[in-house]
Amino acid sequence: MIKKIILYIILIITALVTVTPFIWMISASFMTDGEASVYPPNFLPSSFFWGQYKLLFTRLNVASNFFNSLFLSLIVTIISIFLNSMAGYAFAKFKFKNRDKIFNLLLSSMIIPAQVTMLPLFLMLKNLGLINTYMAIIIPGLANIFGIFLIRQYVVSIPDSLIEAARIDGATEFQIYYKIIMPLAKPILVTLGLFTFMGVWNDFLWPLIALTDNSMYTLPVALANLMGEHTKDPELMMAGSVITIIPVIVVFLVLQRYYIKGIMMGSIKG
Amino acid sequence: MNFSQKNKLTAAYFFLAPALSAIFVFFFIPVIAAFFISFTDFDIYSLSNYSNARFVGLKNYISLIEDPLFWQALKNTFFYVIIAGPLSIIVSLLAALLLNSKLVRFKSIFRLTYFLPVVTTLIAVSIIWRFIYHPKFGILNYLLDLFGINSIDWLGDPNLALPAIILMSVWKNFGYNMIIFIAGLQNIPEYLYEAAELEGASYWQQLKSITIPMLAPTTLFISIITMIGFFQLFAEPYVMTQGGPINSTLSVVLYMYNEGFRWWNMGYSAAIAFVLFIIIFVATLIQFKVQKVNEAIE
Repeated sequence: MIKKIILYIILIITALVTVTPFIWMISASFMTDGEASVYPPNFLPSSFFWGQYKLLFTRLNVASNFFNSLFLSLIVTIISIFLNSMAGYAFAKFKFKNRDKIFNLLLSSMIIPAQVTMLPLFLMLKNLGLINTYMAIIIPGLANIFGIFLIRQYVVSIPDSLIEAARIDGATEFQIYYKIIMPLAKPILVTLGLFTFMGVWNDFLWPLIALTDNSMYTLPVALANLMGEHTKDPELMMAGSVITIIPVIVVFLVLQRYYIKGIMMGSIKG
Repeated sequence: MNFSQKNKLTAAYFFLAPALSAIFVFFFIPVIAAFFISFTDFDIYSLSNYSNARFVGLKNYISLIEDPLFWQALKNTFFYVIIAGPLSIIVSLLAALLLNSKLVRFKSIFRLTYFLPVVTTLIAVSIIWRFIYHPKFGILNYLLDLFGINSIDWLGDPNLALPAIILMSVWKNFGYNMIIFIAGLQNIPEYLYEAAELEGASYWQQLKSITIPMLAPTTLFISIITMIGFFQLFAEPYVMTQGGPINSTLSVVLYMYNEGFRWWNMGYSAAIAFVLFIIIFVATLIQFKVQKVNEAIE
């Protein structure tokens, strides 16, 4: 019994440590200017003050940053689901020359840190006149190796007989992919979509490099930029953080089991 | 080759072409290009006309070796990886063990709570923690004050800024590895524990001779992905300290960013990126080797 109580105490303290920063963030975002800069700190706002949010959406124009983040996350998610699933399916179910060699080369190149590619990618996109456009974010996100790997691992377990039967029935190769593989692979597609969405939404370094105008910034870049001018305005910065964080938390809570499953799949043979 | 086989091959190439060409053009070519750029003096003048860049051989790499700021960044990054990596893995394992205990109910709620920091935006989280660490008004110093500890200038003290970032990283990341550890724990066959129980082995003995060894492959995987991720430290110092105070939180990637995209010394910056790549590569190899040696000993 004592053991059980100690166990719960540790678990609850850990949970408190985990959520306190978020609770403080939400609480401080409703405070008036200066209310979060006192000692001892206020843990609750004196009243629900919406002024910080109003300021963000009017003068600071965060709505456009929110739109950029949402639009880019969605578009990259949709495109990369198709590109990765086609390639993953090909690696799983087709025999072609050097298939395993190419697949292993892709896997081992996952060790290359993305930062290595950023300088040439910047120069390349600058040459094409694509810096500070949506394309600068979309292009590097078109396909990714981890996504191909995730899909391949899943599609391998789909029985060949299903595909063969469809071929005998006269289905074209694209119909097989679109009408058989895609529906069967739906759980992993949701997982991949979730990873991609959150990856783009949360990404910082590349958007910081590739987007140069405030109106083009995604939320994290806009937030970091805002922080430069508002180091003494925790209330405003917390409202900005709420706007950035709450959407990913909501998406995660709705689809969490797909996310957790993806982590586990990635760890089996990674 | 009959018709249907040929057809299948065409289909395979059709499915592969979009993703593989995107990866080739926007990943592999840039990697190779970065390698070449690191041997040039590509700078702001070359930016307007790429042909202004000249081949300079190993000059960038030699300058790096002589650059105290680069050594500082390397030192900080290694310190961060060596402390934050094992620390976050230990916390993950402890959390996984707790949540795997048969005594605990509401597991999924705890698991979900611990996982929340993982999915949240790093930049926003860094900004929140910057205020939590505030020397005058931060809630951390307030809580410490309740225990009689005087206010600490977490991010303003060169000796504490990096540890403060480490603390935040552990908080942010432990949930991820915890999930993988839980999966690993659930894969350990129950009968091993039953047999140990029969022989009267204590919890610690079971942990030492069953749980930890059985988790070895999981731990290797976790160590590698954690290490690769932690070597890329950037956003936290970027918004929390800008690399300061007196460069005590300057990381390799932050230095690379500053050189490449703030001062436009792109040749130099590419060399930094390549050194980072080589370090990550070698560190991964070492982890694999250590694991092999351990297996051989057992």
